[in-house]
Parts: sequence; C-alpha cells; structure tokens
Amino acid sequence: MAGFLLRRIGGIAVTLLVTSFLVFGSVHLAPGDPASFLLGGRSASPAAVAAIKEQYHLDDPFLVQYTKWIGGVVTGDFGKSATFRQDVGGLIAARLPTTLLLIGYAGVLILVGGLAFGALAALRRGVVDRAVLVGTGIATATPSFVAAIGLISLFAVRLGWFPAFGNGGGFGDRIYHLTLPAAALALTFVGLLARVTRTSMLEELGREHVEVARSRGVPGSDVVRRHVLRNALGPITTVTGTVVAGLLVATSIVETAFGLSGVGQLLVSSVTVKDFPVVQAVSLLVVLAFVTANLVVDLVHPLIDPRLSHAKGGKA
Amino acid sequence: MTAVPIHRRRLLAPLARIAGGDKLVTAALAVLAVLIVAAAFAPWIAPYDPDSVDLSATLSGSTPEHLLGADQSGRDVLSRLIFGARTGLLGPLVVVIVSTLLGMLIGVAAAWHGGVVDSVLSRAMELIFSFPALLLAIILVAVFGVGLTAPVIAMSVAYAPYVGRLARGVALQEKARPYIQAYKVQGWSGWVICVKHLLPNIAPLILAQSAINFGYALMDLAALSFLGFGVQPPTADWGAMINEGSSSLLQGAMLPALAPGVAIVITVVAFSLVGESIADRVARREQ
Repeated sequence: MAGFLLRRIGGIAVTLLVTSFLVFGSVHLAPGDPASFLLGGRSASPAAVAAIKEQYHLDDPFLVQYTKWIGGVVTGDFGKSATFRQDVGGLIAARLPTTLLLIGYAGVLILVGGLAFGALAALRRGVVDRAVLVGTGIATATPSFVAAIGLISLFAVRLGWFPAFGNGGGFGDRIYHLTLPAAALALTFVGLLARVTRTSMLEELGREHVEVARSRGVPGSDVVRRHVLRNALGPITTVTGTVVAGLLVATSIVETAFGLSGVGQLLVSSVTVKDFPVVQAVSLLVVLAFVTANLVVDLVHPLIDPRLSHAKGGKA
Repeated sequence: MTAVPIHRRRLLAPLARIAGGDKLVTAALAVLAVLIVAAAFAPWIAPYDPDSVDLSATLSGSTPEHLLGADQSGRDVLSRLIFGARTGLLGPLVVVIVSTLLGMLIGVAAAWHGGVVDSVLSRAMELIFSFPALLLAIILVAVFGVGLTAPVIAMSVAYAPYVGRLARGVALQEKARPYIQAYKVQGWSGWVICVKHLLPNIAPLILAQSAINFGYALMDLAALSFLGFGVQPPTADWGAMINEGSSSLLQGAMLPALAPGVAIVITVVAFSLVGESIADRVARREQ
C-alpha cells in the first residue's frame, strides 16, 4: 500500500512538474516578445514593461525564470493579474466558493440521478429500460452549453421558475440561483453514470451469488442493495475520475453561459483579455485538482472492493 | 411528395444494408449522409446566403419564408445551420484523422517493441490523459490567439491517447497470434508486418473508437466556439451561433440558439450510434 501510494504521488509530482513547465513555457512559445505578450497588448509604458520584466524575471535565463516562478507558486504566490491589478491568488480565492458549490451541487445530482436511473433500467427491463437508454443516449450527447440554453429557455424564460443569470446572495438564494447551472453541468454525466451503473448491475444480476441469495429467501430489496449494488460499485467508482475531469473544465462553460462569477468564468475572461498570470494559475489548479481526484478514487477503490487491495492481493 | 415512401425506401436500402438491418443505426447513417451533403453543397441547398440580412424578419419565429426563423441580425437560421455544418464537421474530421494516425502509431509501436519503448510511450499517454482536452485547447488559444487552428491542434494531441490505449491493447493480443510469428519466421520486417497485416486486423475497432471520438471532438470544438475561442462570428458555425443566439433567449427568441444546439445533439448521437454498432459487430465476429 505504501509503495503504491509513493509511486502514485511520484507520478503526480512528475505530471505537475511537466504541466507547470508547459504552462510557464507557453509564454515563450507565443509569437513576439514575452514582455509585450504578458502585457496583452495593453498600453506599454516603459515603467509597465519594466514591472513585467521584474515580475517574471524576464532578463534571467529561462530555467532561472521558471525556478523563481514555481518557487512563488508553491508558496501560493501566483503573481499579479494584468487586468485586475490584484494578486491572482486573491482573485481565485474570491471565486472559489461559487465554483465549489456548483461542482458539489452537480456532483450530488450526478450521483443521485445516475445511480437512480441506472438501477431503474437494470431492475425494470422492457419499456423503462428502453426509455432510460434513449434518455441517457441523448443526455451524454448534450454538451453543457446546449443544456444551459435549453434549461434557460424552458425554466427561466418560458416558465420563469428559476433565474437565468447571476450568483444570488445568502446560502439559500445561492443554491436557488445555482440550480439551473448545476443541472446543465450534471446532465451529460448523469447519462454517463446511469449507463455504467446499468451495465454493471446487469452483470451482477446475472451472477450465481445473486441467484443463491434469492433462493435463500433474502428479500428483493436487500438482494439489490447488498449483493447487486455493492458489487456493482467498482466500475461506477472508476468512471468517477472521468466525471471529475469533465466537471472541472465544464464549469468554465457553464459559468460563462449563466454569467456566474466563478473560477471557470475567470479562466475564460482571462484568456479573452490575455491576462496570462491568471490563465497559468487556474490551469495549474485544474490539473492539480484532477490528479488529486484520481488519486482519491484509486485510494477509495480498494475500500469498496477489498479484492483490489493494493497489498499482496488481499483475501480474494 | 406522394412518392416519398418509395423514394425513401430506395434511398435508405444501401444504408440499411451497411447498418446490418438495425433501424436505429440506419437512421444514424441517414443523418450523417444528410449532414455531409448539406456541408458539401451548402450554397446550393441553403435557401439564403448565410450572411444576408432581412431586418424585417429579425428574431421572427418560424415563418414560411424563414422555416427556422431569423436571428438577432435578421439572418436566416436554417441557412446558417446548413453552412454551419461545414466548420462543424471539418474541425472534428481533422482532429479524428490526426489523433487516429498518431494514436495508432504510438499504440502499435508500444505493443510491438514492448520494454522501454512501451513504458515510455505509455507514460506519455498517461500524462496527456491527466490534461483535460478542453483545458489544453484553452491554453493554446491563450498563447496563439482565437480561431480553429489552436483548438484543432490541442484536440488532436489530447485525443490521441484514447486511440493509442486501444490500439496498444488490441495490437498486443494480435501480436501473440500465430500468423504474426509465421510472418516473422518468413523474415518480413516489423514495419511490413504491422502495416500490411496487423493494422488491417485492428482497424475496425479503432474506427469504432474514432467515430465516437468524432462526436466528442465536435462537442468540444463547438464549446470553444461558444466561448468565443474557436470559429469567430459572423461565420456561420453551430457553437458560435449558440453564443450569438443566447443573448436573444431572454427576449423569447429560442430558435437562433436552440436550433444549432439540437443539431449538435443529433449529430453526436448519430456518431456514437455508428461507433457503438461497429464495436458491437467486431465483438460478435470475435466470438
């Protein structure tokens, strides 16, 4: 277990190192002078150019620049935003709660919706199963921004049940404002999770141990919960990694579509105005969150299914 | 229009044969055929020029003149939808071709050589996997500016491991088969065996994956155009149309944004149906 953990953390460190190198080095790939690129075409007074050169140590050799930058990043200093004239760290911190709330809300919807629809399809073969298959097929093919405009036109404009834009104040109001965005974010992944749950449960339902449990007279709901769902959780956990990656990036689309000021929207607007320090910081954070989430999945997996224990094969 | 059923049957018959009689897959192939024809012959099919403005029709709903209405600038939505199929399909096509070639090269090379080559290539693929495709595209846009070029390059790289992992897996199985050994004994070079004998045998499964990837690439590229990073307005493109049309949603005009949205969903469903059906058929033949 310790060996596995060390190897995984080593892998993550390599990934982050390469990522940070690419994210930092991309400034130098850009056509033109790095200083004017970092200023994003804004009026470059000699003082501003000097400040940028000072901030990025542009007069040093590349590796020295990188080392100084990454040293700052590790201590939480991402530099200053070119547009907001503020610390990048502060900008992100101010927007993080909205994004985290959105991801958490969507995560709950995905978990509940995906498991419910998947289990429903697996247990009620026939019409219900067909309906869920068609529905999830369409859901997985609906990108979040299409889901967003569909939800806005139906629930915000036609029915007027939910607000179309804005963050809202206070916890309850925020949740209310985040309902449509979370649904738009969740839709694709509900479809994905429902598909995986259905396949995985059907596989278990056909197994002998389920047959035995039934013939022993274990009540139907207990069979489903303790014998089918419990064993079907493996593939469901594996797909979580994919879901997390998709969610993190899709927030930028959904937040833009609904005019929420979150981290994703900050990334999009920073790319638009070429505010590179912010782009670098958010990109690194997304990759960090992604690899961490995958590590957590790998660690949780053997807890759910002891056969996968990373020690010497477990008890099989 | 009275003869429609007969015509339809005659037109769909070859598609149905390709689809192996499956109605859903036949429908999916028909959708793709319509899209390709629309994209190729857009200037002759579209009722209007995609950029021509009819101010009197601005944000009109469905009318006999404008079947899908007109957008906030008075441009015909149906015509823009038909022209939008061009950038909508071209981008993903390039992504799928490049990522498939790249992925096959990496996957087969890793499986064929094994050892150090395999572990280096597999590590590299894992590294790309930990980088969401859309994020890579956004960073490249930040560096190289908006337009289709940067996103298409980013997607081609980001999608290659999906093909590569699959190609490596099936190539490993294939490599263990006796016929490969037989060719080796005959003294054929690795390149010749891989290109002439191994690739044709693993191609159907890779084609299935590429068809599914086409749909995902289409969604991702449309998302980038929606964010304003890909195809730029006023060019007719589904993602860009949704971006422009979303501002008129609150005025009650749904069609300018919803029509391209539905087009995207239908296209992606069609591609994944075709991809899954190819994969199913390969699996059945293996048994």
